[in-house]
Amino acid sequence: MIEIFKTFVTVALGLGAFLAVMVGLYWLASQLPEPWRDRARVMVFVGPALVLLVGGLILPSLYTGRLSLFTGPNANKWYGFGNFRELFTDSDNLIVLRNTVWWVILVTLASTVIGITIARLADRMRGEPYAKALIFLPTAISMVGAGVIWNFVYATKGNDPDKQYGLLTWLWLKAEPILPGKQDPHYWLQDREFFGFHSSFLPGLNTLFMIVVIVWIQAGFATVVISAAMKGVPDDLVEAAKIDGATDRQSFFRIVLPYVKGTIITVATTTLIAVLKVFDIVQTMGKGGQFATSTLANDMYQRSFPLSQPGYGAALAVILFVAVVPIVYVNAKNQRNIREGR
Amino acid sequence: MASTISTPVDATVGAKGGAQGGVQGGVLAGVNGPNKPPDLTPRGSKIAKNLSSKKGSIIVWLIAALWTVPTFGLLVSSFRPETQIKTSGWWFFFSDPSVTLDNYRGVLDNKVGGQPFTEFFLNSIKITVPGAVIPIFLAAFAAYAFSWMKFWGRDWIFVGVVALMVVPLQMTLIPLLRFFNSDFFPDKANGIPAIWLAHSIFAMPLAIFLLKNFIGSLPSEVIEAARVDGASHMVIFMRIVLPLSVPALASIGIFQFLWVWNDLLVAKVFGGGAKNQPMTFAMVDMVGSKGNEWQLLTAGAFVTMIVPLIVFLSLQRFFVRGLLAGSVKG
Amino acid sequence: MSTLELINLQKRYQNGYEAVPGLDLEVRDGEFLVLVGPSGCGKSTVLRMVAGLEDISGGDMLIDGVRVNDMGPQQRDIAMVFQSYALYPNMTVGENIGFAMKLRKTDKAVMATKVAEVAALLELDKVLDRKPGQLSGGQRQRVAMGRAIVREPKLFLMDEPLSNLDAKLRVQTRAEISRLQRRLNITTMYVTHDQVEAMTMGDRVAVLRRGYLMQCATPQELYHTPDNLFVGQFIGSPSMNVVRAEVVEGTGGLPALTVGSQTIQLDDAALAQLPGVRGMIGRSVAFGMRPEVLGDEGTSSIDVDVELVEMLGAELLVHATIDAPSVKQTDEGVEIGESNTSMIVASMDARIRVNAASRMSLTLDTSRIHLFDLVTGDAIGKAKVDVG
Repeated sequence: MIEIFKTFVTVALGLGAFLAVMVGLYWLASQLPEPWRDRARVMVFVGPALVLLVGGLILPSLYTGRLSLFTGPNANKWYGFGNFRELFTDSDNLIVLRNTVWWVILVTLASTVIGITIARLADRMRGEPYAKALIFLPTAISMVGAGVIWNFVYATKGNDPDKQYGLLTWLWLKAEPILPGKQDPHYWLQDREFFGFHSSFLPGLNTLFMIVVIVWIQAGFATVVISAAMKGVPDDLVEAAKIDGATDRQSFFRIVLPYVKGTIITVATTTLIAVLKVFDIVQTMGKGGQFATSTLANDMYQRSFPLSQPGYGAALAVILFVAVVPIVYVNAKNQRNIREGR
Repeated sequence: MASTISTPVDATVGAKGGAQGGVQGGVLAGVNGPNKPPDLTPRGSKIAKNLSSKKGSIIVWLIAALWTVPTFGLLVSSFRPETQIKTSGWWFFFSDPSVTLDNYRGVLDNKVGGQPFTEFFLNSIKITVPGAVIPIFLAAFAAYAFSWMKFWGRDWIFVGVVALMVVPLQMTLIPLLRFFNSDFFPDKANGIPAIWLAHSIFAMPLAIFLLKNFIGSLPSEVIEAARVDGASHMVIFMRIVLPLSVPALASIGIFQFLWVWNDLLVAKVFGGGAKNQPMTFAMVDMVGSKGNEWQLLTAGAFVTMIVPLIVFLSLQRFFVRGLLAGSVKG
Repeated sequence: MSTLELINLQKRYQNGYEAVPGLDLEVRDGEFLVLVGPSGCGKSTVLRMVAGLEDISGGDMLIDGVRVNDMGPQQRDIAMVFQSYALYPNMTVGENIGFAMKLRKTDKAVMATKVAEVAALLELDKVLDRKPGQLSGGQRQRVAMGRAIVREPKLFLMDEPLSNLDAKLRVQTRAEISRLQRRLNITTMYVTHDQVEAMTMGDRVAVLRRGYLMQCATPQELYHTPDNLFVGQFIGSPSMNVVRAEVVEGTGGLPALTVGSQTIQLDDAALAQLPGVRGMIGRSVAFGMRPEVLGDEGTSSIDVDVELVEMLGAELLVHATIDAPSVKQTDEGVEIGESNTSMIVASMDARIRVNAASRMSLTLDTSRIHLFDLVTGDAIGKAKVDVG
């Protein structure tokens, strides 16, 4: 308790000191002669942030870009585009790419669609805030925690249906009388095939089950943001459409959805970028990417640290970067269109 | 209807802040029950709506239930005795209820890397509070400059900052780690400042972007009035912009808080040894080393979740407000 | 106790747009000067340049003879009332009013007395502890005024401060602001797009169009002797009827005007007002008649087809057509209507009976008509009038 108190005092003092330093610097800047005064004041405001960005993101990224052209445990042997060649030719690496693509598509699509659906159905429903809070709840849970939680859904232990503590396994075994065929105990997170169908393009069942977990975490965010945007749609717009003869469904698809299009794109982009960085779930549920569950972000960690291949890890980071650029570009354009359309 | 609620800002400036106020009002009405505006829908249309959406609300509650079951299962499990956890599903709790706090006791006594679990809890707080507060304030200063100060290349620099959202944090891990371990960084023995700094760096682009959206959409006349009244940028920022930006600061702060609290990767890479690690680290370690002691994992997972859940439940009405400003057409 | 001088003041934007190409204007000590014009005429830009909120691209701005071009707003000792009032939402009414003094580190006791004084003057004493969000529109407007008054600045700047009030309150506040300004005797520059506000409040009114000063004069002068067609049509409601006419030689060698199929003889009284017409014989001009000049007393008359009669209680508005094209001054220049007929409005005594859809003859006092050049829009042959 005393420790916590000390922490808070330190933080409060730190923050106070920080603001005091900013004010002091600003005062100093104001004492300078004219051509420098304004510039110095601006620097007080943007300087700290820019230092962090340049020192923490730009320079390291350039360094990583260079690193991706080297190989060896210390990344000091010139390798040209060798890392990238491996990345796109080796079959294990292609599985990583394939998984990542499926992660991105499925999570983004599912979260956004669930978000839109709930936002629409729950609008002005009784108890709406509570239902939305329940769906939003997983957003607050760490992926490590989510891993433990979902273990009680996916876990499989022996053959006895009544000894199972994984909810899904139990339901699966108990459902034997209803479902066709014999229900064997199934190790969900080790099944690398797509419903028993082996394909190099389709994701394994285990990947799909992990995707469910991320959708579970992300959908609440999409719901709340889209719902808020939908409530911003002016009532008279929808009423005008109804008077013009539009049904509920038509006014939703023709008026409300286009109106909140910008928000939906923003939500999808945010989700997408978050998914590209998914690491913790694969670490805990996929045991660091075994059973063909690895993703770009996970592989990047595995290669850079436990496997001591920083060059290859850097190459993966570069690929992540390249993948996000067009997405952010589209989103930025969308934002600009919205602003100009005002 | 939602748009009839006024935020303090648009209440004074009338039409100018109206569009944005509408959106914020909408969020208020949605998430924050008590602040609901008077319902002005004509009665007839409301009845029609209720009838047609009966099916809809069943679906919503079904999804809500589905979303809650896994967490609920964990909560129930964490209070069940070890033997029961290992031999039967948590749903059997209701046919054979027996409650114990042993699991929680076990977690608190449990040592990870030679440290008691409580140490990790403290670490989490030490990492998270500054890790959320520092970047938000730095970003607020920058966002103010990008909105209300004139300087050369302002818009281009801002575009550059936003573009940095693209950089995956993985891309910077190795170089940053080398930097933190070099002699330039004064405090290489203690990894916690390194974690703060890393989180601040990674939060910066998004935080600046969101705060610029909010601060930039404050009514320009209020800022100008303050300038005419003789206020300097620092005074305007401290006395007017910061107080008006509380909703945005709170919502972005909460998100950053959750993100830092729940983070594993950054702490694992920058924190050094176990003594600087947050609870997520301890949990992963327990999953690895005590993979069969599920009674500990359930209680442990719940302990890691308590703080974010409290933060989330008590402050959820702030959540989306600041995030939405400027990004929603309205 | 101050003056403001604008000498060839210019505003150019980075995209090359010239909002104000070069403006010369003087606001005298204690004067209430109104800047008026349609939207986009640059009036707000000028005001914001005076406030120091907008950079000056060229020319000079002097306050009390001191060049202030490069001073920030905080150094110019001005106070401004904004269109949206721009109250600080996070501060109470009292804090709003006292903010500027607080920044100047004024003594607390002095500040409290001053805030109380101003609050009493504006009847805000009961709401001093409220936040702006809890006030009515009129109260907010008064807080904005109070914030400006309390400073006792060299200059008052007001940017459409009444446009967010409802009609009734606007009329009331209009009078209040005028009274307050006279009482405090502070040099004031007031921007509005509403010519009624301009006419009722200003000691002098400056009419702007696309950044050019069209005329700056007292309200009476603007109304009775507009310098150009734009001012003539902008000032006055309903606005001046303007149709095309030809100047011809009439009876006794005196000039006459041909309007469509009719001719209006100008007599000596009219020529005394418009001496320049004599040299215009054979040319087309824009012929302006204010609505109240029609159907009142007069020596001449003009025949029209009545289309619609509006009863306003004290007066009668007669909308009628006449067989001559209309003329108006737009941003592109003087524009002559394509149709050979145009609508004119006469404002008449309400006791006169007028039937719609009838032809009637409207009396016309030719000494109160206006003539403008058809190309430049400038007033023709205007004599200096002393307005009674």
